[in-house]
Amino acid sequence: MINLLLIIFTITLIYISMANRMMTYIRIIAFQGIVLFGVALVELIEINIGNLIFVLLETIIIKAIAIPLFLKYILDRNRITREAEPYVSNFVSVVIVTIIILGSFFLANAVSDTHVRKIFFIVALSALFTGLYVIITRRKIITHVMGFLIIENGVFVLSLAVGSEMPMLVNIGILLDIFVSVILLGIFADKIGDVFEEQDVEQLRNLKD
Amino acid sequence: MIAIYLAGSLIIGTAFYFGKKHSTRLLLSVLFSLLQVSLAVYEFINRGVVQFTYFTPDALAVIFLSVMTVITIPVLYHSFVYFEKHPYKPREMGMYFAATIMLIMSISAAYLANHMGITWVFVEITTLSASALIYHRRNKLSLEGTWKYIFICSISITLVFIGILFVTVTVQQHGIGDLFYSTLLANAGLLNPFWLKLAFLFIFTGFTAKAGLFPMYTAGIDAKDKAPYPSGALLASVLMNVGFTGIFRFYQITSHTSIHEWTNKIILISAVLSVFVATVYMLRVKNIKRMMAYSGVEHMGLVMLGIAAGGIGYYAAILHLVLHSFAKPALFFQFGQIYRTYGSKSVYDTGYYFKYNVAGAMVLLAAFFIVTAMPPSGMFVSEFLIFKSLFASGYLWLLIIIMLLLTVIIWAFGKNVFKILFAKPVDFDESKVQPAHYTESLSQYILLALVVYLGLFPPAAMVELIKEAVNMLM
Repeated sequence: MINLLLIIFTITLIYISMANRMMTYIRIIAFQGIVLFGVALVELIEINIGNLIFVLLETIIIKAIAIPLFLKYILDRNRITREAEPYVSNFVSVVIVTIIILGSFFLANAVSDTHVRKIFFIVALSALFTGLYVIITRRKIITHVMGFLIIENGVFVLSLAVGSEMPMLVNIGILLDIFVSVILLGIFADKIGDVFEEQDVEQLRNLKD
Repeated sequence: MIAIYLAGSLIIGTAFYFGKKHSTRLLLSVLFSLLQVSLAVYEFINRGVVQFTYFTPDALAVIFLSVMTVITIPVLYHSFVYFEKHPYKPREMGMYFAATIMLIMSISAAYLANHMGITWVFVEITTLSASALIYHRRNKLSLEGTWKYIFICSISITLVFIGILFVTVTVQQHGIGDLFYSTLLANAGLLNPFWLKLAFLFIFTGFTAKAGLFPMYTAGIDAKDKAPYPSGALLASVLMNVGFTGIFRFYQITSHTSIHEWTNKIILISAVLSVFVATVYMLRVKNIKRMMAYSGVEHMGLVMLGIAAGGIGYYAAILHLVLHSFAKPALFFQFGQIYRTYGSKSVYDTGYYFKYNVAGAMVLLAAFFIVTAMPPSGMFVSEFLIFKSLFASGYLWLLIIIMLLLTVIIWAFGKNVFKILFAKPVDFDESKVQPAHYTESLSQYILLALVVYLGLFPPAAMVELIKEAVNMLM
């Protein structure tokens, strides 16, 4: 069950690398939230009940509902064009993300360790690098936030891998999630829409020497 | 005490946000300064006593906390000066003061934390409160600076978190149940070197954003440029110490393992590149505030060289940090007066500063000599010791390169400072200049005098503390 969910999560990473529209990105991020909810449910069922409820609420309410709605709100409010406008073609992106996943696979194999299940490690690393890749290759500021959210999801998977014995770490990771997402999304994507005419990283090039 | 401090500063911060009157702010500032001072004194007396489970004032924490306390009072004073000259809406002023209090509180708590997770949480809070300060002016450029700061710091803090997870992996192999620094230190020999290496890479890279080292130094430069100058002083001194604390505490653990040599190499690479980057930018930078920020990158690079070289370098590194944290705020406070005189941050718009503000110009001149570590600056002593440790550990070529780079930095820094002080300003209407009162420069004189005094005649208590902080290192 866990393996299936994690594989589905990995497939969403490939899908996001070739997605064209902003709405598709948002849907994928919401879907990833739901998948993570499943993973957390299966994985953390034996830890204490309070922690479990906290983690589950966070995945379903914050990751799967609140953040996607907020992203949608920002898109509408700032009238962002619906194309993602990557710097590279979708075909290249798919190839690179596949290479990333394969690379994580070999890396995780090289690091065989009985205390980390390999599949968690593979998925987490893939998500991390895919997130970074999305940040590097997309032009809009809002896609940078989405890339960051993918990184966060990867970190969440990683913390689940070690989390059953250290629930406090999972909770701290969730703190990171909530803090950063709310701050980044809530205040700044909104304000940047007001002050700059276009939501393009090219606009953020005035501070330099 | 730490619980009282945290609760007290939360209350004072909230009161600042809602307090609209000048007298209320004055009262709250005095209250907070008292709270900060009593925390420092209390932790100094109760060194090594675990409080509230997650906080232990060890020697390093006590040193940095004392520095923080000394800086707090002039920062609050200059905040009042700043608002007197640049009026803002009461709500914005309230936000500014509340964020400053939160920043000081989280920095102090991050020094004192004895658990990797807790350090992490407070470093995260420093990002949030600092971004409120950077966004203070609410214009396009400050928004850009804030955005970049939050984004890069968030990525960095995520990297640190991943590093902590890797530590957890190897910790669980041996059934160690928690991440207290003391527990990790006691079991350092057991930990798996592979996971430790991976963890060190992530934690080091993550904390460089706060410490102002290569590769993540960029966000800090924009932040110090866009934040009001009293907050710039905080960001350029004590906040960099937070990044150093994060790196140092983990380095302390790895120094007891077989990867010690390897970590030294990583630190050395980052340190040399930091000095190099600082040199390159010092040559081209025309914005005075950014120039001061790049000087911070240079000094952190030197500190890390001391750490990588080891021996007397450990002592010199911490001494250098302490002195740097006094010298840099003096420069930033002085920048406030320069900006008021010329209404510009660019070197091109300045000149004849001696004519308009003698006391301030003297500060700038003295600070230039002190920050570039010319005798009688205390930083000369610490830099000399760092060079000595580099020489002793056989990095002769590296030492020569670093000295060449430092010469270039002194030249570039001096060129700009002497332009401000002595060259003739272009198209400058001097009729509108309001001379700054000399009392505004008083705090800078005290800070600079401290640098000289602490470097040349280090008090026994400080030497003891620094020795205690580094004697856990191998």
